[in-house]
This record gives sequence, structure tokens and C-alpha cells, in this order.
Amino acid sequence: MGRSLLGIEDLDRAEIERILERAVAFQPHGGPTFAKVNTCTGMMVVNAFFENSTRTRSSFEIAAHRLGADTLSITASGSSVAKGESLVDTLNTLSAMRPSVIVMRHQASGAPHFLARHLSTPIVNAGDGTHEHPTQALLDARTILDRCGRLEGLRVVIIGDILHSRVARSNIFLLSKFGASVALCGPPPLLPREMGAMAPGVEIEYDMRRAVRGANVIMMLRVQLERIHEPPMQAGEYFRFYGLRQEHVDLAHPDVIVMHPGPMNRGREISSEVADSQRSMILNQVENGVPVRMAVLERVLLP
Amino acid sequence: MRRLLIRNGRVICPATGRDGVADVLIEDGRIAAVGEELTAPGADTLDAAGLVVAPGFIDIHVHLREPGFTHAETIATGSRAAAAGGFTTVCCMPNTNPVNDSATVTTYIVEKARREAVVNVFPIGAITKGSEGEELAAIGSMAAAGAVAISDDGRPVMNARVMRRAMETARALDIPVIQHCEDLNLSAGGDMHECADSVRLGLRGIPAAAEDVMVARDILLAELTGARYHVAHISTKNSVAMVEFARRRGLPVTCEATPHHIALHTGHMRPYDSNYKMKPPLRGPEHADAVVEGIVRGAVDCLATDHAPHAGDDKMQEFERCPFGIIGLETALGVALEVLVHSGRITLERLIALFTSEPARVIGWKGEQARGALKPGYAGDVTVFHPEYPWTYDVKKSLSKSANTPFNGRTFRGGPIVTVVGGEIAWKAPGF
Repeated sequence: MGRSLLGIEDLDRAEIERILERAVAFQPHGGPTFAKVNTCTGMMVVNAFFENSTRTRSSFEIAAHRLGADTLSITASGSSVAKGESLVDTLNTLSAMRPSVIVMRHQASGAPHFLARHLSTPIVNAGDGTHEHPTQALLDARTILDRCGRLEGLRVVIIGDILHSRVARSNIFLLSKFGASVALCGPPPLLPREMGAMAPGVEIEYDMRRAVRGANVIMMLRVQLERIHEPPMQAGEYFRFYGLRQEHVDLAHPDVIVMHPGPMNRGREISSEVADSQRSMILNQVENGVPVRMAVLERVLLP
Repeated sequence: MRRLLIRNGRVICPATGRDGVADVLIEDGRIAAVGEELTAPGADTLDAAGLVVAPGFIDIHVHLREPGFTHAETIATGSRAAAAGGFTTVCCMPNTNPVNDSATVTTYIVEKARREAVVNVFPIGAITKGSEGEELAAIGSMAAAGAVAISDDGRPVMNARVMRRAMETARALDIPVIQHCEDLNLSAGGDMHECADSVRLGLRGIPAAAEDVMVARDILLAELTGARYHVAHISTKNSVAMVEFARRRGLPVTCEATPHHIALHTGHMRPYDSNYKMKPPLRGPEHADAVVEGIVRGAVDCLATDHAPHAGDDKMQEFERCPFGIIGLETALGVALEVLVHSGRITLERLIALFTSEPARVIGWKGEQARGALKPGYAGDVTVFHPEYPWTYDVKKSLSKSANTPFNGRTFRGGPIVTVVGGEIAWKAPGF
């Protein structure tokens, strides 16, 4: 699997730092848009998205184009998958067209890890089931660094449906590697106690007011109704106990920033007042998606 | 009269207590004599010097996939894999297509096995029609046609009243009820043992409690009905404890463990590799240890493989889409020797009991069908094995039609050499 990027768990701190530092070169820095560098001219990036995505897929496409690479995007509907072809056969077919990298999103945890054992083309994981979403954690880290200047020693609270969140897992691995303390908070059925053992420095807190106290970063997560196969907590009950409101922000560190990987459900996990406030980094996260993915693709394409 | 004399082996028969160099004479498919320096003019002879000669191994939990799933295994290929694993008798689960829930299907399997199998095959009938858990299958007719037990393996009977009726029926027929213990509401959607690893890998968990609550319920029903009740592939600490509790109360409750649940735990899994995906799932190390302890204490009655072949393309998928189960007939003895005997946990004699007299007791074969011991009149089934020689499992050479195993490439100390079924040599190790 060589140059593949399958998850944050397998990366060491130095590798992550290299990606985050390289991303800085691609940021707009007050200019109209991202740098156009053409370091990957003639390369081909295939985006294979077996699960719906707007922001991640467009972000990868823009990133590839800014690097000068060609792109081809395939979505599950209208592909051979809909005609009953197995995932291995579909990917082998794509691989035979000699792409430089396959960027892949799939609804099954571990799908890219399984494929990487059978494919010579490098794979970048753009989200696998409820497992990892490494580029999201990298862009979140870039966003925190832009604002706070460091990760070490920060108190980061991740609130919501942790169990089904690949964003949470990748962030937990990354933040822990950099010495941040991570508090996880959510309703007990969506936050099993075992998650406290995922990485050093992770704690579990079911009371949101206690969780946010002194936090430097608050990350909110959506309840992934499509992955919960039983009646979920009622929306009103959820918002009352796990929805982020100004009163929580007031309990946090005075310079706290609020993040959300999207898509965001206003009034369910976050109030509009907070989502649209000065503290909110939600659009900064989206913006950082492009330079971070440029750095990730470059790492894979230019070894 | 066909005769086979197995000479000079170390005969170990737990049921009779024999352990020493002796000869075994089989005549007309049955054990005729066991003793020192037997003479049998005109008999074929097999020199077993330096080898262990045991009663034929019995595996009371296999899937032969016929009828219905013959792309994965057949009675013919599964029985050859059994012989290569030292097994002379297997009991096949009813989750075929159609389900073995009638005398017609039972008879089909019995007849097909008579023509094509190289080992003894005894069908296990379904508990309910179509194994759907609602209406009892034709249990009496299946028993009359040769079914030796009933089970809805893989599809546990969730309805306690239906389970009660099945136990009442089985008791009257004096056959055991075998349950795959899994509360489907607790395990729903799960792909591996619920633990820190399942959470880390983003896979849905099957909690140990899913097994435990059904074992608890069924033990109470066994007490209510007086049925012989057998827990298939026991995998948790609490289930082992509850089986012991039931036995202290004098209930006829038994259980089996698989080689993979004692040799492997969640820490051995290669992430998202479906060769580690089965039900019950590989549990945490504390559970695997508890099952081994249960074997050491005698709480676990026997070993059974749950040999579950799946065709290659079914297992070459995203982990959550892959079917559950692994093959196990050819590696059972090697794994069991390693985990239980070479480690010093149990004696070689006890291990043989777990493969012979004990599973025979669980099923309760009698009269003409008596097996599991080297006693005159018993089935002429003998397993000859070497307890020490090193060999490496190569699944490409497997006699099974499927290759889904976590043990490919593993080197074992000790394994089968010759498998004798009804006085005929069913399998011989290459080069012997």
C-alpha cells in the first residue's frame, strides 16, 4: 500500500507536520484563491465516491486541478456498482486505467484498507464508514493551528454522535499524537465508554456543561441518523442536553473556537447564534480543505 | 470378511482408560479386538509404530453446504476435508437450501453421504420450519430418518415459547437441542466482538451479553423441560460459568468450544480481514482464556470446529458485507494440540476425549451406532496421528472447496496421519 493515506492512526507526528506545513504554501494568504502550482501536471486523480459527498469531493477536485493534475470523478449511482459488480472488480477496473491515485469514499469501514491489500494504485481515504476521515482531521488541525498556533496542551471537546463519526476518530488520533487533551461528550448510546481507550489523553464526559468548561476548541458533530438503526433520542431532548448554545460557549476558554465538519443541522446540534458567531470556524474549515488536500495529494503523487 | 489390523501404535482410548502400545483389529466395519500382539491372518495391516492410535474423531458441528450451496462445499468435499483433519464422523447443520427441516431433506443428506462421503455423516435437523423460529419442524420424522439432534444454528430461536416446545419434543425423542446462542436484538448488525477494538475500527459490535442472555434463558428452559441442552461454540466467560452453574444443579446441559475461539482473540485479528469474521465473533483475551479454563476444569464438554466454508468471492468483500464463518476441519487437531496439550493445560488423553468419547456422549449414539471408543462392537473408526511432527497448513492444498481460514501458513506441532472409517482407510497423510 506504500504511499496510500488510509488513516491518521498509521501516520507519525512528523509526517502529519510535513503535510500541515506544506498546506500553508497553498493557502490564499489574502489573495483571491489558492495557489496554482502545477507540480503534478500529467498525473491523474480518480475520485471514486461510493457514498454521497459534496464538499469533500469538490474539495479534492479543486485540489487536484490546482496541482495541475487531471481528475475523473465516479459516483456509485450510475456506475458498475449499481449493476452488481463487486468493489474489488470495480477498483481493479479503475486501476487498469492507470490513475496516479484513487481517492475513495465508501460506506463500509475498512473498505480502502481491504482494497489496498489487493491493488497497486495508491489510495487516499476520503472517509470509510464510521472509521476514519483523515483529510478532515488534517484540515481541522490546520484550522486550529491557524487560529491557536499550537495543538499541544489544548483542551478540545468533541460533542455529539461520536460512535458513528469517522471525523471524531481521525481527530482523536491526530490530537492525541500532538499532546492535546480530548474530551468526548454525547448521549451514552452514541458514546461507548470504550472510546476512552482509543488514544492517550482521551476522557469521556456525559455532562456537556462540564465538558466545555475551559475548552479551547469545541467540535460539534451531526447525529448520523442514516447509521443509527434504532429509534434515536428525540430531537428536542437531544438539543436540550447536547446542542451547543451561547451559554456553553460562555463556560469555555475566552478564546474558544467552534468547529463543525458539516453538514450542519441548525437547531439540532448547534444553535444558529453560535454557528454564525465570530467564534465559528466552520467556513475556515471548508476553505482549508483545499490546501490540505493539495498537500495530501502531492505527498502521494510526488514521493 | 474384511479385516484391518493397526499394529504397534500407542493406543489411547479415554473411554476404556487404555494407554499403551497395542494393536487394534477391525472386522466388518467394527472394532473386533484391542490388545497386545493380536494376530489376524489375512488382514490388511497398518504399522502405527511411533504414532498415537485413538478412537475416530467426532465433530458435532460442521456445515457441508449441501443441498443448496455447493459452490462453497459439498458432502463429498467436506467429508474429505474432515478425513484429512482426522475426523471419522461429522454432524452437519441444517442451514442448507432447502433447510433440513423435514424427513425428505434428512434422507437426501443421509443417502448422498452414503454414496459420496468418506466419513460418517449424521444430519442435525432444524428446530423450526425454515429455521424461521416460529413453527416447529417435523422433528420426530427427521429423527426417524437419521437426524441425531436439532438446531437452528446461525438463526437462534428467539421465541422462548417455541424453544420450550422444541425442548419438550426433543426430550421425548432423547435427542439434544443445540443452540447457537445469540440474542438477535443485542447483536443486530454487529460484525465483531464489541470492545475497544470494534470502536476503534468503526465496526459494529456484538456484545458478549448477546450470547449470555440466551444461554441463561435456555438453561432455565432446560430445567423446565428436562431436555438435553447443548450450547454450540461457547465463547464467553459468563456463558461458561452459567453452564457450570446448570451442571451443579444436575441439569443435562453441555457445551462445545471451537479451536479458533481458544487459539485466537480480538488482538490477533488482521483489521478488516474476513478470515477473522465468524459468529460468535473472536472475543477478547479474557473470554478466550475463560473458555480454555473451562476446558481445563471440564466445564466444556467437547471441541467442535463449526467448519463454515464460504466461496472465495463471498469473502472478498468489504468486511461488513462478508458472511460469517471459517473452515476448520483440517486445522482442528493442530490448533488444539498447540493451545491445550503442548502448553501443558490438559493431557493428551483428555484432548482425545474432547474429540471422541465426549462428543459421542453429547449426541448419545447407542447400540449399532455406538462410537467414540475402541471397544468391541463399536464403529470401526480410528484416528492415527502424530502428536509432535511439524507441518505447515497450506490452504491451497485443502480438500475443502473453500479457503476461508485465519490459519493459512501457520506451522503446527502434530497432526493426523491416517484416518480409518469403518475399517477402510479414508485418508492418509501425503508421504506416509
